[in-house]
Amino acid sequence: MNTSLLPLFVAVPLVSAGLLIVLGGPLWLRRTLLLAPSSAALLASTGLIWLTRDGAVFAHNVGLWQDGIAIPFVADVLSALMLWTTSLLALVCSAFAIATGDDRRPFFATLVLVLTAGVSGALLTGDIFNMFVFIEVMLLPSYGLLAMLGALGRLRAGRIYVTVNLLTSTIFLAGVALVYASAGTVHLGELAGAAKEDPAVAVGAGVVILALSIKAAVVPVHGWLARTYPAASPAVTALFSGLHTKVAIYAIYRLYAMIFDGDAKFLWIGVVAFTLTMVIGVLGAVGENTTRSILVFHMISQIGYILLGVALFTELGLMAGIFYLIHHMIVKASLFLSTGAIEHTYGTGALDRLGGIAQREPLLALVFMGAALSLAGLPPFSGFVAKLTLVTAAVDDAQWTAVAVMIAVSLITLMSMLKIWGGVFWGREPKPHELPEPAVVGADGSVATRTTVPVKIRPALIAPGLVLTATTLCIGLGAQVLLDLSAQAAAGLMDTSGYVEAVLGR
Amino acid sequence: MTLAITIGIMVAGGVYLMLQRGMVRIVLGLVLLGHSVNLLIMSAGGVFRRDLPLLQFGTALTAGDPLPQAFVLTAIVIAFSIAIYMLTLAASGSDDDTEDAS
Repeated sequence: MNTSLLPLFVAVPLVSAGLLIVLGGPLWLRRTLLLAPSSAALLASTGLIWLTRDGAVFAHNVGLWQDGIAIPFVADVLSALMLWTTSLLALVCSAFAIATGDDRRPFFATLVLVLTAGVSGALLTGDIFNMFVFIEVMLLPSYGLLAMLGALGRLRAGRIYVTVNLLTSTIFLAGVALVYASAGTVHLGELAGAAKEDPAVAVGAGVVILALSIKAAVVPVHGWLARTYPAASPAVTALFSGLHTKVAIYAIYRLYAMIFDGDAKFLWIGVVAFTLTMVIGVLGAVGENTTRSILVFHMISQIGYILLGVALFTELGLMAGIFYLIHHMIVKASLFLSTGAIEHTYGTGALDRLGGIAQREPLLALVFMGAALSLAGLPPFSGFVAKLTLVTAAVDDAQWTAVAVMIAVSLITLMSMLKIWGGVFWGREPKPHELPEPAVVGADGSVATRTTVPVKIRPALIAPGLVLTATTLCIGLGAQVLLDLSAQAAAGLMDTSGYVEAVLGR
Repeated sequence: MTLAITIGIMVAGGVYLMLQRGMVRIVLGLVLLGHSVNLLIMSAGGVFRRDLPLLQFGTALTAGDPLPQAFVLTAIVIAFSIAIYMLTLAASGSDDDTEDAS
């Protein structure tokens, strides 16, 4: 493969974003420029998965500097899988934003394109300072998206979001400085195994991983997520949930495997923190009463599952974690999109203001139910395979507490999904006089009221969620394909010599 | 040593300001923190070799390390833009200080 094509994953969306600003143009042109780069990235990453499926690693030195000096762009099967999933989500969420009309806002398409460019860059780069830069490229447009679109209180959420993320980025940067001071390089290939040999590097890299854990919303540094995500517009929440925290999770997998070389003496910290994340996330959801805030707490809980794979650091554990990561990104976005369709049409996501949707919108109910069962881990969806593999890996590693917690948390997850199901889909629609006093009063004293005219949810709003639920069903039925790819990615993390060889050319 | 003490004082000031309730103070605290981390990066490259990092103007033994300077330059730009954005957020919308409500 011609490796100089790798930077195009970043360049194409960036150039399209620039074109959008310069051209402006009619709505159809903006929509084309919004959808085309993600579609191209989806195709290209499919090809990349095919090329890397046997463990090949492709590296390109940006600017054609020599090995060791240049910033490398590296693609192995793990980054290819992540690229595929993020492009799919960017495409589907953009389609949803077009259906809701979010994309009519000025600069919406531009911001989303820059966001995807940052995500692709962070997934491909082989240099931790460059990773910091790409994470910033990914976050800056999100600040705009959060403050531009969303519910009441989005400015307050925006303040929390920006403050937390700037603080986290500063911590990340301090970690990079400490790594550079102790190891003399920030190049992942040259850092391979450095933290296992030198405790000073381990401290620096530990600070970096701490910063990534805040970005991934691991307990006890998860509070910002539950307060900010529900304030964005449904399309933006789905986009963020699929991309932001998951890039941080990918980076934790990559950095722990590369810099720490899977050092066993720190793994217990991960097992404790991630088990707590599962429990506290799912319990937080119990007290919530709108669809999206329940789903956001579940996201925190699921992040614990995904990261448990890296805390086990066995080949099976990593494989399960990577499979879980891909499965989770798709399912969570599907849930956010199907509840977002209701929220967009009915103007509320509060459980006590909705009801009887299953009767009126059987297709949407099916889409939601499929994704919810997949999240809870029932066959034949991908969640079953993901949870089964992860539990098997934890049993192999004799982490009995984690196994017990995983199974218990699955049950609570299912109960929570049933809570949304019972509140929104079953029963009958509440009559106007039965509605609780409106909780939301605008700044000008206006009261948010729900329409009482029977409305149908447009098919264009249901389709994005349907695509993703169909994807999780397909992954569940043909799990072997993704399991093989995840096993290959896990092997690449267990033995990083192939990566180092490709990056350093020796 | 001077550098280490300066970084320490700036971090202390930044953390103190970040724990205040006004948004503008939080922004100032983050700016201070950002600058202290910039100094940390500078010190990571070593501060005793200060010649030009160009081989025709000296040797590699005495040349300063250009990489941390490039890092700092990037980091300053990013932190600056976000700080300005935060100031806009502080000025727009209603004040969400909860002093009265509690």
